[in-house]
Amino acid sequence: MAEFTRAESAGGRAFGRVIVYGLLVLVAIYYLMPLIVMLTTSVKSLEEIRAGNLVALPTSITFDAWSKAWGTACTGADCSGLKGNFWASMNFVLPAVVISTLIGAFNGYVLTLWRFKGSDALFTIMLVGCFIPFQVVLLPMAQTLGWLGLANTTPGLVFVHVVYGLAFTTLFFRNFYVSVPEEMVKAARIDGADFFTIFWRIILPLSPPIIVVCVIWQFTQIWNDFLFGVVFSGGERQPITVALNNLVNTSTGVKEYNVDMAAAIIAALPTLFVYVVAGKYFVRGLTAGSVKG
Amino acid sequence: MGALSIRNVVKRYGNVTILKSINLEVRDGEFVILVGPSGCGKSTLLNMIAGLDTVSEGEIAIGGRVVNDLPPKDRDIAMVFQSYALYPTMNVRENILFGLRIRKATPPQMEEALARVAKTLQMEHLLDRKPSQLSGGQRQRVAMGRALARDPALFLFDEPLSNLDAKLRVDMRTEIKLLHDRVKTTIVYVTHDQIEAMTLGDRIVVMKDGEVRQVGSPQEVYDDPADLFVAGFIGSPSMNFIRCTVESRDGRLGVGLHDGTGTFFVPAPPSITGLSERAGREVILGIRPEQITDKDPYAGANPHSIEQSARIEVVQPTGPDTLVLIRLNGTPVTCRVHPGANPKASQPLGLTFDLSKVVFFDPATEKRIR
Repeated sequence: MAEFTRAESAGGRAFGRVIVYGLLVLVAIYYLMPLIVMLTTSVKSLEEIRAGNLVALPTSITFDAWSKAWGTACTGADCSGLKGNFWASMNFVLPAVVISTLIGAFNGYVLTLWRFKGSDALFTIMLVGCFIPFQVVLLPMAQTLGWLGLANTTPGLVFVHVVYGLAFTTLFFRNFYVSVPEEMVKAARIDGADFFTIFWRIILPLSPPIIVVCVIWQFTQIWNDFLFGVVFSGGERQPITVALNNLVNTSTGVKEYNVDMAAAIIAALPTLFVYVVAGKYFVRGLTAGSVKG
Repeated sequence: MGALSIRNVVKRYGNVTILKSINLEVRDGEFVILVGPSGCGKSTLLNMIAGLDTVSEGEIAIGGRVVNDLPPKDRDIAMVFQSYALYPTMNVRENILFGLRIRKATPPQMEEALARVAKTLQMEHLLDRKPSQLSGGQRQRVAMGRALARDPALFLFDEPLSNLDAKLRVDMRTEIKLLHDRVKTTIVYVTHDQIEAMTLGDRIVVMKDGEVRQVGSPQEVYDDPADLFVAGFIGSPSMNFIRCTVESRDGRLGVGLHDGTGTFFVPAPPSITGLSERAGREVILGIRPEQITDKDPYAGANPHSIEQSARIEVVQPTGPDTLVLIRLNGTPVTCRVHPGANPKASQPLGLTFDLSKVVFFDPATEKRIR
C-alpha cells in the first residue's frame, strides 16, 4: 500500500515537471520569436521575402543584406551604411561609461566611508536624479552645452550621458559600499594610507561585481539612447540608434526588410555582447552585499 | 618612550558630552584595559588616541609628544579591530606588509618584518591565503600581525576577541598576554568583558557614562572597589548587594540580616570607621559569592567569619563550584560552595560568611563607606 502511494506521488511529480518545462519552453519560444524572425529575414534575399511567409526558414542563406546594412545602405543622400555611426556610437559610449562608472564609484566611496554633515541629504538629492525623465533636461542641457562650447560635439554627448548616468552609478556603488566595514578604512588610515590610496588600493579592488553591474547598465542605457543622441549630436556623428531610425524610416525606394533587420541586429549586437560576457557577474553583483562575504 | 598621557580630555558631539574630563597616565610597556558597559565612551577614547576621532578639549600625548592634531599615520600606533578589518582582496602577506609598503619601506625591511611577525604569531604557513580562507582566530592573528609589523610605540586593541567563540576567546587571551610579554610594547585594550579585563591587564580603567570610575590593578579593583558600579561590574558572578540597617551590638558596629526564619548580626570589620556615624541608617552591604561558602573545617583560624544556616532556593552546579541562591533581607544572594557539600534546593545549609573583605556603600551616593 505504502509503495503504491509512493509510486503514484513520483508519477505526479514527473507530470508536474512536464507541465513546468512545457510552459517554460512555450514562453521561451514566444520571447525568441521576434529575434528568430529578424535573423531569418536578414539572411533571406528580397525576392524570397516577397514570395514567402514571414516565419518560414530561408531556402538559401545570403549575407548581402548584412554587408549592405553595414557598408552601403542609404539614409537620405548618404550611402555608407551604419559602420560610421557604429564607430561614432562607440566613440562616445565607451568614454561615457568609463567616466560615469569611475565617478559613481568615487561618489559611493565618499558617501559611505567618508560621511560628512549632509552626506545623506546629498545622496537623497542625487537619487532624485534617477527619476527625472530625459525630456525635462533637454532644454537646460542644450543651454549648458552651449555655454561650455560643447554643443554638437562628441565630448558634449559624453558630458550629457555622464551627468545623467551619475545618479544611477552613484546609487549602485553607494549601496555596494554600505556593506564595507568602516573599520577597514580606519585600519588603512592607521596603516598610513590617505584618501585616494584607500580608494585605489583597497576599495576599488573590492568592487568588480558592482563595476560589472554598473558597466552593463550604463552601456545599455547609453548605447540604446535615442533622444539625447538625436538632440545633442551633429549630423555626421549621429549615434547608431538615430541612424537606424533614419534607415528604416526612409520612404524612398523599395522597402528592404532584410537590410532593416540586419541593421537592427547590428545596432543591438554590442549590448548583447556585453550581457553574454558579463551576464553571470551581473546577477552576482546585484545580490552582492546582501550576504556578508 | 611609548607612554601615553591623557590630560583632561573631553569629547562632545553637539550638546552631548560623551567623555567628561578623562585623565590617565600609562607607563612604558604597560598593559592597560579600558573596561565598561557599552556606551561608556571607552571606544571613543580609543579612537581619539588613534586619531580617528577629534579631541574636543584637553591633551593626548604619546611618548611625550602631544598628538592632538596629528593624523593617525603619524602617531606611531597600530590598532587591532573587533571585525579584524583585514583587506579582503590581499593575501596575508600583503595585509601584514601594507602599512610598510605605504610608508615606502625597503624590500629587506619588509622581509625582516614579515619573518619576525610570522614567527611571533606562528603563521608562516598562512602567508599566501586570503582572509576569506582563514578561521576567525587566524584572522585575528593576522590583524595582530599587521599591527606588529610596523613595531609601533603603542598598540590599541578595540574589543579584539568579541567576535570569537568562547573557547577560542580563552586561547587568544593567553596568546595576547604571551605576545605582550614578548614584545613589551605598551597596550591600551578596550573590552566590555570584565574577565578579559581581569586576566589581561596590568591595570584596569573602569569607565561608566564618560567618566573614569576607578583605576587600579585587577586585584585592587576587585578587592577594593571605589563604588557600587565598579563592585557590581567586576567579578562573575557579581557581588551581592544587600540593603540593611547599621546596628550596634556588644560594642561592635554591624548590620542585621534575616533569612526568612530568623535574624542574625553581621559585625563589620573594625577598620570601616565610616559606619559609626550611620547607626540606625540604611546602607548597602557588598559581599562576594566566594565569601559565603559551606562550612570549612579549617575556617576556625579566621576570626572574621561567622556561621549561619540558610535555606537554599536554587542550586547551580558549575563544576569546580556550586552556586547556591539564598535569600537575605528579601534579596537573592549567590554563595559559592564546594560541590562536596551537596546542597539541595529547599533544604537548609550551614554557611560560613567571611567578613574580612565585606564592603559597604552609601545607598544615596553609591560611594564606598570606608
